[in-house]
Amino acid sequence: MRDKGNSWSFPYELIALGDCAVIIRLGNEIDVETNQIVRHVSEYLEDRPFVGFIECVPSFAAVAVHYDPLLVRKSRNAAELQHTTIFETVCTRLKAYLSNERLTEADLPTRTIEIPVCYGGEHGPDLSFVAEHNGLSENEVISIHSAGSYLVHMLGFAPGFPYMGGMSEKIAAPRHRTPRTSTPQGSVGIAGNQTGVYSIATPGGWQLIGRTPLALFRPQDDIPSLLRPGDRVRFIPITSQQYMQYLEGER
Amino acid sequence: MSINVIRPGLLATIQDHGRFGYQKYGVLPGGAMDAGAARVANILVGNEGHEAVLEITFSGMELLIEKDMMLTVCGADMSVTASGKSLPLWRPALIRAGVVIKFGACVSGCRSYLAVAGGFDVPVVMGSRSTYLRGRIGGYEGRALRRGDRLLVNSPGLLSERIQHSLYSSSRLNDSFAVPTWHASQFAIADSLVNPIIRVMTGSHFELFTKESQTDLLSQTYQIAVQSDRMGYRLVGERNLKLAAPLDLLSEAVVNGTVQVPADGNPIVLLADRQTTGGYPRIAQVASVDIAVFAQLKPDDRFRFEAISLQEAEQLYLESEWDMRMLKAAIKTLY
Repeated sequence: MRDKGNSWSFPYELIALGDCAVIIRLGNEIDVETNQIVRHVSEYLEDRPFVGFIECVPSFAAVAVHYDPLLVRKSRNAAELQHTTIFETVCTRLKAYLSNERLTEADLPTRTIEIPVCYGGEHGPDLSFVAEHNGLSENEVISIHSAGSYLVHMLGFAPGFPYMGGMSEKIAAPRHRTPRTSTPQGSVGIAGNQTGVYSIATPGGWQLIGRTPLALFRPQDDIPSLLRPGDRVRFIPITSQQYMQYLEGER
Repeated sequence: MSINVIRPGLLATIQDHGRFGYQKYGVLPGGAMDAGAARVANILVGNEGHEAVLEITFSGMELLIEKDMMLTVCGADMSVTASGKSLPLWRPALIRAGVVIKFGACVSGCRSYLAVAGGFDVPVVMGSRSTYLRGRIGGYEGRALRRGDRLLVNSPGLLSERIQHSLYSSSRLNDSFAVPTWHASQFAIADSLVNPIIRVMTGSHFELFTKESQTDLLSQTYQIAVQSDRMGYRLVGERNLKLAAPLDLLSEAVVNGTVQVPADGNPIVLLADRQTTGGYPRIAQVASVDIAVFAQLKPDDRFRFEAISLQEAEQLYLESEWDMRMLKAAIKTLY
């Protein structure tokens, strides 16, 4: 089941994701503008939830809306009672949101989060591979990686794991053919044109160039993730001594 | 009040209805794989539907009941015994202190749910008591149960106490347990586990697969692969599924029951401990009402998919919710 529409400023598509969720497709590209619209839509919905709304899951170019079909059905107004599916009622409600001109009015704060990284050595066993692969020295890889400003497009894959854009092609590197069975929490890696930080220990095939002592997944906090969509990330090189000091400070 | 774990069996974890509101931070909902059985279990002992229950996977668990308490076992039939006597499923049971409850071989299904009156007393993490094994949070110290663990139980509510009281005064109380004459085994899905048919809606990328693959998905028999767990089930069919043309997708949200197809053409059905987002094409989506049936299938089990419309899936969902409400109301009236 699908439905299409145009807000006052952007086209979108509504796609059923089973009988309890719908995807609002807002584009097909990974870029800053799409990320902005995704953030506007998810924040606007969260601030003004319709009856039956459970939660939003923003991604690169879409926002998924999870809903409780029973509550949506119960809260139908006179016009909505004519609908043949609950999905239709949810779409009608979403269209009303998406056609609201004030949707993109909110100020979206851009936070810059600095992530200290101890590059190379035992913390970054693949730094030499990434350097060799790109005909660079290890120090050049570190300075290119830490000079960048990375946009957090979305969180997914694991709790608090950021999908970031903006890495220089000069340090791109292919994944390991056989993924490691476990990658330590905090590992900073490169896969293709992407860079990321493992928020929990999990299997993975990324080239590991360093490790941060910061916890990205914070289950005890109200917001259990250090990073949020729309954040800018900067990596700050630290020594292994500073890495140990950070770890002790966090405890 | 507490329960002592004598043997944990293959895998036993504390689960509830799931962790909601944090998927945007990559935190998966988790929760009971057969959410229906977990809910019925809670209702039968007079709890709210979302209390924490014990999810027991395959056989081998043994529990020592340290004080008199009311509990129930729903879901898979694992030939459960209480001090050697067969313990009937799908009804509340008052269990005497000192009784040992054993889960034997799987007769049907592979996940049993044990609910206690009052629910298990474990900390709430991000709004839920569910264990998320990989994230090491929730449930009992964020991990699967081990020998020697002691599970604490909250004090039962009024409805639980009334059911418990009636079992105490029952003439059927022996030195191990007492159960009422009524039961809720109409919720048992054992019948659905013989030549199972799992109902799906076609997914958003269904039409991007070849015509043959579209037909194959809905006509061939699938087998559950051994590499299947709480994250998802891998399926093996005679013919692999192929896209009509290469497709490069951006990661976006997935849900329980999403059927995605990685490059090797063998579908994966995502379940409770799935990731919040995925980048593989979604060929189909299991109807919510059939996720419980699917989650009771074991490795090597065979089944077929059958297509239904979104409208039918919604109707089935509503009917199952109404059944659940009826059960709750019936118990309240009875006690």
